[in-house]
Amino acid sequence: MPGPPVDTDAILMRVAVDLDLCQGHGVCESEAPTVFELAKNAKVTILEERPDDGQRAEVEAAVRYCPTSALRITEEE
Amino acid sequence: MTTAVEQREPPRVSGGEETNGHLDELRIDPIALLNRVRAECGDVGVFRLAQRDVVLLSGADANEFFFRAPEEILDQAEAYPFMTPIFGEGVVFDAPPERRREMLHNQALRDKFMRGHAATIADEVAHMVAGWADHGEIDLLDWFAELTIYTSSACLVGKRFRNELDKRFAQLYHDLEQGTDAIAYVDPYAPIESFRRRDAARVGLVQLVESIMERRAAAPPSGDDERDLLDVLMSIANEDGSPRFVADEVTGMFISMMFAGHHTTSGTAAWTLIELLRHPEDLDAVQRELGELYAGGAEVSYQALRAMPRLESAVKEALRLHPPLILLLRVAKEDLEVDGFAIKAGQMVGASPSVSNRIPEDFPDADSFQPARYLEPRQEDRSNPWTWIPFGAGRHRCVGAAFAMMQLKAIFSVLLSDWEFELAQPSDTYRNDHSKMVVQLQQPCVVRYRRRGAVPSPSEAAAGDARSAR
Repeated sequence: MPGPPVDTDAILMRVAVDLDLCQGHGVCESEAPTVFELAKNAKVTILEERPDDGQRAEVEAAVRYCPTSALRITEEE
Repeated sequence: MTTAVEQREPPRVSGGEETNGHLDELRIDPIALLNRVRAECGDVGVFRLAQRDVVLLSGADANEFFFRAPEEILDQAEAYPFMTPIFGEGVVFDAPPERRREMLHNQALRDKFMRGHAATIADEVAHMVAGWADHGEIDLLDWFAELTIYTSSACLVGKRFRNELDKRFAQLYHDLEQGTDAIAYVDPYAPIESFRRRDAARVGLVQLVESIMERRAAAPPSGDDERDLLDVLMSIANEDGSPRFVADEVTGMFISMMFAGHHTTSGTAAWTLIELLRHPEDLDAVQRELGELYAGGAEVSYQALRAMPRLESAVKEALRLHPPLILLLRVAKEDLEVDGFAIKAGQMVGASPSVSNRIPEDFPDADSFQPARYLEPRQEDRSNPWTWIPFGAGRHRCVGAAFAMMQLKAIFSVLLSDWEFELAQPSDTYRNDHSKMVVQLQQPCVVRYRRRGAVPSPSEAAAGDARSAR
C-alpha cells in the first residue's frame, strides 16, 4: 500500500564533521568547494551545513572520499 | 573521566613472572601474547613490559577511547624509546597533531601533489624492472624495501636526492629498522648485535648524506627548478653565516620523514602480492580491473588516483591480516577510566591492529583473505572505524594513508600489467618476523617473475612437463 506522498523538498541533508578525525587533507574541498573550506594548516570549515539537494552528488562524494571518514550526512525533515 | 563509582583494576594476563615481565614473550611471539590478553581479560587487560604495565585495549569502545584521547592525556612521544637512537637526539618521533597537520600541508602529502608522485613512483618501478630478464626470481623483502627507499626519497626529499642514492642506502636503512628490539624498553643502548648494527648504519647514512652535501656545495644547482629539500636545508644559515644544519641533523630529518612510509609500504606491497598469488580468483579480478583501466593506453599518473575497487580491496585485506604495526603505544599522563577499569598515570596504554583487525564479530571469517568484504554494501572498513585499524584511527591516524594507497596502486599498475608472478616456496613459509618492533617479512621470501608473453624458460617448461606427467 503506498504511503502518503513525500514532499522531497522537505528532506534536507545536514553535513557534520567529527573534528577529532579531520586532518585537513582537503579532499572535501576539491569535491564540493561551495560546502567545505580549508584554510592553510587548518581543519575543515563547513560553509553550508544544510546544502540543497542540487549539491547532493558532490557532498556525497566528499563524504565518501574523505581519507579519515570524518564527514557524515544526516537527513532531517 | 573519573567518576564516583569505584573503579576496578583491570585484569592481568597470565605469565610474565620474570624480572622483565612479558618482554621476552613480546620479542618472540608478540601476536600470541596480545591475543591472549584479549582472550583472558577482554577489552581491557594488562601485561608487563620491563618495569611498566601496559594496559592493552581492544574492541570498538575501548579503541575509540584510545584513538580520540588528546596528547595531553595519552602521550605518544614517550612511548617509543627504541626510535630515539635511530632518528638521533632532538628529532622527535611524532610531532603533535597541530604540527602534523602543518606538515601535511607544507610537505609532499597534499592531495594536489599526488598526481606527480604517482608518475614518479611508476618511473621508479619501471627503473627497477628494467634490469629484469624475461624470467627470474626476487626476494620480496629486499626488492620492495629498495624500491620504497627510492620512491619515498624521490617524493619526500626530491628526485635530485633520490638520484644520488643506490642500494647502499637501502641496506643501511634496513639495519636501522632491524635495530628496534623491544629490549629498548630496558635499555635503548643495550650491548646487543642489532643495536651495534643500528648505530653503525646511522653513522654510514650520515657519511653518505655528508658526501652528497659536499658535492652539492662544490656545484650548487643553477636554477630554482632543480632545488630539492636538501638544497633548501643547505641554504639556511646561522647569523654568522655557518650552515644551520649539519649532515647529522639533515640525516636524522630524512630518516624520520621516510620511516613511517618505508617498511610499512614495503611490507604491504609484499603481502598484497603474496595473498593475490595465494588466491588466483582475486588476482584475476584485479588483473581484469587493471586491464580495463589501462586498455586505452592511459597514464599511471592519472589512473592511480582513480578508484580501483578490486585492487584497493586486496590491499586493504592484506593490511587487515598483516598490519605493519602490531602494537600502538601511549603513556597515560593522568589517572583515567575505561569501561569501568582504572588506568593510572604513568602506565602505558596500547591498542593492537593485529588483535582488533581480526575480531570475529566485526569481521566474519576473520582469518580468511576476503577482499569482497570491502565492496558495497559490506564495507567492513568503514563500518568498523575503531576496529579496522591498520592505519590507526582518530587524531594520530596515519597522515600518509592516502599517499600509501596511491603508491601501492601505482606499483601494481606497472608490475601486474607487464609481469606474471608465482610463489617460489610453499605458501605457508611466507610469514612475518616479529622479533623486532618493526615487523618485516622473514627471509627467504622469494617469488618468480616472468614477462607477459615471454616463452617459459627451459627449466619451467620441464617442471610443467613433470607436473602434467604425474
